[in-house]
Amino acid sequence: MTQIMEGSHAVAEAVRLSKPGVISAYPITPQTHIVERLAEMVADGLLEADYITVESEFSALSACLGASATGVRVYSATTSQGLALMFEVCFNAAGMRLPLVMTIANRALSAPLSIWNDHQDSISLRDSGWLQLYAQDCQEAHDLHYIAYRVAEDHSVLLPAMVCFDGFVLTHTYEPVDIPGQEEVDAFLPAFSPYQRLDARDPISFGMYATPDYYMEFRYEMERAMQRAKGVLKECGKEFGERFGRDYSDLVESYRLEDADTALVAMGSLCGTVKDAIDEMRGEGKKVGLLNLRVFRPFPFEDVKKALSGVSRVAILDKNVSIGSKGAVGLEMRDTLYGTGIEILDCIAGLGGRDIRKRDVRRIVGLAEAGGGDIFYGLREEVL
Amino acid sequence: MTLSVGCTARPGKSRENRTGAWRTFKPNFKHDKCTKCGICALICPESAVHENQDGFYDADYNYCKGCGLCAEECPAEDIEMTREEK
Repeated sequence: MTQIMEGSHAVAEAVRLSKPGVISAYPITPQTHIVERLAEMVADGLLEADYITVESEFSALSACLGASATGVRVYSATTSQGLALMFEVCFNAAGMRLPLVMTIANRALSAPLSIWNDHQDSISLRDSGWLQLYAQDCQEAHDLHYIAYRVAEDHSVLLPAMVCFDGFVLTHTYEPVDIPGQEEVDAFLPAFSPYQRLDARDPISFGMYATPDYYMEFRYEMERAMQRAKGVLKECGKEFGERFGRDYSDLVESYRLEDADTALVAMGSLCGTVKDAIDEMRGEGKKVGLLNLRVFRPFPFEDVKKALSGVSRVAILDKNVSIGSKGAVGLEMRDTLYGTGIEILDCIAGLGGRDIRKRDVRRIVGLAEAGGGDIFYGLREEVL
Repeated sequence: MTLSVGCTARPGKSRENRTGAWRTFKPNFKHDKCTKCGICALICPESAVHENQDGFYDADYNYCKGCGLCAEECPAEDIEMTREEK
């Protein structure tokens, strides 16, 4: 049934319908409304889960990790500083191959303190072994949770997953969201079937040490699982489309790229603005299109290369920066497109909640056509 | 050995993992001035020192890492650490 609801509540509904047995989270802006709503659902008896209250994000994810090891579906949500505090646990959960699902309400990292949106928080954990999916609207934020659970828990993957959606821009925005019924969700997402679990009658330990003779092979197995996740994501995305009418069988979304000369590359809610700008420019005869990276980990090298095979230049909107280098998306794109001759412009843009408007997208297309070098786009030179 | 998913381990791995290979210095229990006080067995961090049938003490070299605490603490100075050539 389609309802008008806040993005955070759309996510909470997806979590309720996914039936996690344990939820542990620590409230932090702009994630708060998700976990507040879940706490209400548990208190009201709408969701049969243990809601473990903790004193920090480190403890929240640790509680989820331990619960997952006992063989139960778990959920957490955080953002920014909270995710930074989870850093160690993130790597452990992935290495222990525990299929946690966590929502990231994307927000800038301190300092300076900012509660506004960019992608620095989740991007900074791109090496942690978690799948990373980026939603462009509230409906996608809702849908991607079911897919995240399915893929993470698949025994050929067994890696945790982050569903990332933009803080405030989506978390606090009301949109129509189609909420499926419990039976439909159950048919797509069956009860969690753990690969292995803690059991006092048949004891095992998770995440034991590995000497230099074995460590690399453990990491390589994670990489292989991440590569297998691409196929599982496509299969589950296709099945989701067949069941619910919204297809996620592609790891990337191509918008008006068929005959495009210039491709914009973006992630998350920004894609909506970019599409509007593209429609305007198309009306003026400019051949532009968008590549929306819905999946950032595993990085869909082959899919990106295929989608961009016809373009002459690419302009990347990077809502993050690796200080001392470039934007994370830009670096991946340069690797993917190396040797193709496609020109690349990497724009660091929209950090700390700076709006990226249609006119900015148009200017960035102009910059790409002019062949300029990588930039921080839209800097206020007067304050520098 | 094949890798376990999630680096899991079942009980008994400490027994399988013969840490004696880490040893550089080996304790020799001389049973000469030994008073059978048992401090060597008590102090051993690996519980690798055991009483033998005659009431003297010996190390289990499969697990003794050669830390030398037994020799250091022996009141009779009857345990000698010698470099082990491999």
